[in-house]
Parts: sequence; C-alpha cells; structure tokens
Amino acid sequence: MAQFALPRNSTVGRGQTHHAPSGAKKPKSFKVYRWNPDTGANPTVDTFEIDLAECGPMVLDALIKIKNEVDSTLTFRRSCREGICGSCAMNIDGVNTLACTQPIEDIKGDVKIYPLPHMPVVKDLVPDLTVPYAQLASIQPWLQTESPPPPDRERLQSPEERRRLDGLWECILCFCCQTSCPSYWWNGDRYLGPAVLLQAYRWIADSRDEMTGERLDALEDPFRLYRCHTIMNCTKTCPKGLNPAKAIAEIKKLMVARR
Amino acid sequence: MSLRTPLGRVRGLGSAKEGVHHWWMQRTTALALVPLTIWFVSSVLSLVGAGHAAMVDWLASPWSATFMVLLIVATFYHMQLGLQVVIEDYVHNEGAKFASLLVMKGVTFVLGLVAVLSVLKIALGG
Repeated sequence: MAQFALPRNSTVGRGQTHHAPSGAKKPKSFKVYRWNPDTGANPTVDTFEIDLAECGPMVLDALIKIKNEVDSTLTFRRSCREGICGSCAMNIDGVNTLACTQPIEDIKGDVKIYPLPHMPVVKDLVPDLTVPYAQLASIQPWLQTESPPPPDRERLQSPEERRRLDGLWECILCFCCQTSCPSYWWNGDRYLGPAVLLQAYRWIADSRDEMTGERLDALEDPFRLYRCHTIMNCTKTCPKGLNPAKAIAEIKKLMVARR
Repeated sequence: MSLRTPLGRVRGLGSAKEGVHHWWMQRTTALALVPLTIWFVSSVLSLVGAGHAAMVDWLASPWSATFMVLLIVATFYHMQLGLQVVIEDYVHNEGAKFASLLVMKGVTFVLGLVAVLSVLKIALGG
C-alpha cells in the first residue's frame, strides 16, 4: 500500500534552539529540518532566531546567515540566488519553492523549512534527486531529427512556432512541482511526474523535432503519463509561474488526436 | 540491493502503449452521465407520490427503459474505470493489486448486469 505515515526512523524530533543575540531589533524564528546520515539518529527540527535587521530579504539569505554565523554544519544546495538555477528548491512554510525568491516578510509566524517532500534525504535540506534526473534522461530532452540541418544556417522556426514553447522553456528543473504531486509520492517509481512531463511536452511541441510520434509512444502508459489525476499542485507550487498540468493535458489531447 | 543504473530502473519494462482508451472512456462516460443523470433525477421528481403501477408504467415505456439502461451501463463502466485507478494508485503489492482488480471488476459487472436485467424484465413485461 501507499505509505501514509512516516517510518519510525523518519519521525522528526525537537532539536536545538539558537536564540537571537541580545539587542536584536527584528528577531524571527526559523525552524529548520536537520538530519545527519553519519549519526544514525532521527531527524530533528532546529530553531534559529535571526535578527532580520541584520539579514537579507529572502529565505536563502537567512539560511546563508545561519550557516555563516550560527551553525556551519547546516547543509543545503544553492547557487545563483536569483531563481534561475533551481538549486535551492525546498519546502518553505508548507509550500515547495525556491529559497532565493521567497521573501521572508511574506511568511507569517515562524519560517518552517523542510527538504522537498517524499524524496530520500542526503543531509538536512538536500534531497536525493537521482530518480527524477533519470526520469528526465529517459524522455530524451534534446532535439531529435532525421533531416540533416541546413548546411548554411540553423533549423528555422516561425515566430508562431516559437511562441508554442513559451511557458515550457522557462522551466529550471527545480522539481518543486514534481515533489508536490501526491500521485508522484505514491507512484514515483513509474509515474514520470509533472516536471518531466512538462519537459517531454517541450520537445513534443517543438516544430523542429521530428520524433513526436516516438515521444508519444514512450509516454503512452497507464503509469508514466496517466497517473496524472489533474490534482494541480504542480501548477500551484511552480516558483516560475508555469503550468505543468496544462502541458500534461496537451499531451493527453495529442494521445486522443492520433487515435 | 540492485546495482542497476537509475536510468535502467526508470526505463523498466518500457511503455505499455495503452492507457489512452481508459482515459478517453472515463471522460466520455462522465460526459454522457451529465444529461442521463439530469433526466433520471427530473423523471423521479415528476413521479413523487405516484404509486407502484405508475412507476412500473413509466419504466416500461421504451424511452424510459432505454435511457435507464444507458444510465446503468455508463454509471457502472465509469465506476469500474475510476475504482481501477484508485486501486492502481494505492495498492502496490502486485498480487494484492491483481486480486483486488479482479474482484472489483467482477462485482461491478455483476451489479451492472443485475440492474440492466431488472429494467429489461419490467420493460419486456416479465
């Protein structure tokens, strides 16, 4: 059966509390999920009180401040700090989003920070994304053609054909949507998930690609595609404002159209 | 433990090359059930207070019996398709999944058949 309760070794306990320095002007509590594979202990939630008067505006700024000034063992992924690399995807205040584009002031009360849901945890806020990456590789996310490219220029698209890729090419593969989907939680080993299906549609919708039929063949499966039950968590959570649910619906329409 | 690569595991046995028929039938039966359910509810409402004989007369008319059979077939077909998805979603043990799908489809088929035969018995004056 699908697993609805956390296994015993994943039950989260209470961790350490690091109080704000005395004289803090705008203290705010950050409750951060911690798990260290080396100790073998259960995960805990540590509380860090941070003076927002001495901190940048985004959640990532607070995490970097904690790592620099309070606890250097706090582990998380980050790179571009401007919402284009997708590294710092995590569950903040109950919603999957990018720590670097999530303003602290938009969160009422304590800021609860957990890793992306339902993925194995490597350490603290770092999830193991091996399976989603393999799923992305399985849909062959690159241009595939049989016609050789014109010798003197690029493969051309009309402006209208190019416009069909809008809302698809912007995906940064942070996997916020993928790990927000209950269907992906229950059947992530066989269901490709919203992020990967949006990428699949990005190549199906590309006027230059010549393998549309083969791509649809590979998706036509009760689990790979049809585990999508239009729950729409993917669209609701996407930090880039994209619509994976619509991309999946377009794939389903093409499946019917080619019957 | 398996040393198979993640890509090998994800590709698995390949695509089943089906699923579109199931999905399309679920949508079309849902669509068919909209007018059929409205017809059924409004018909039953118009018969509030009528006696047994009036009810049987109504169901015995060719139009009522036809729509009734269509309603039953669409309802049970839609139900079977929906329950199949629920079982596939949540039951992960292959043996338990196979057994529960078989039982669910069998029970749905029997219930639907009983309902259709009941309507036909009245319509054909049994």
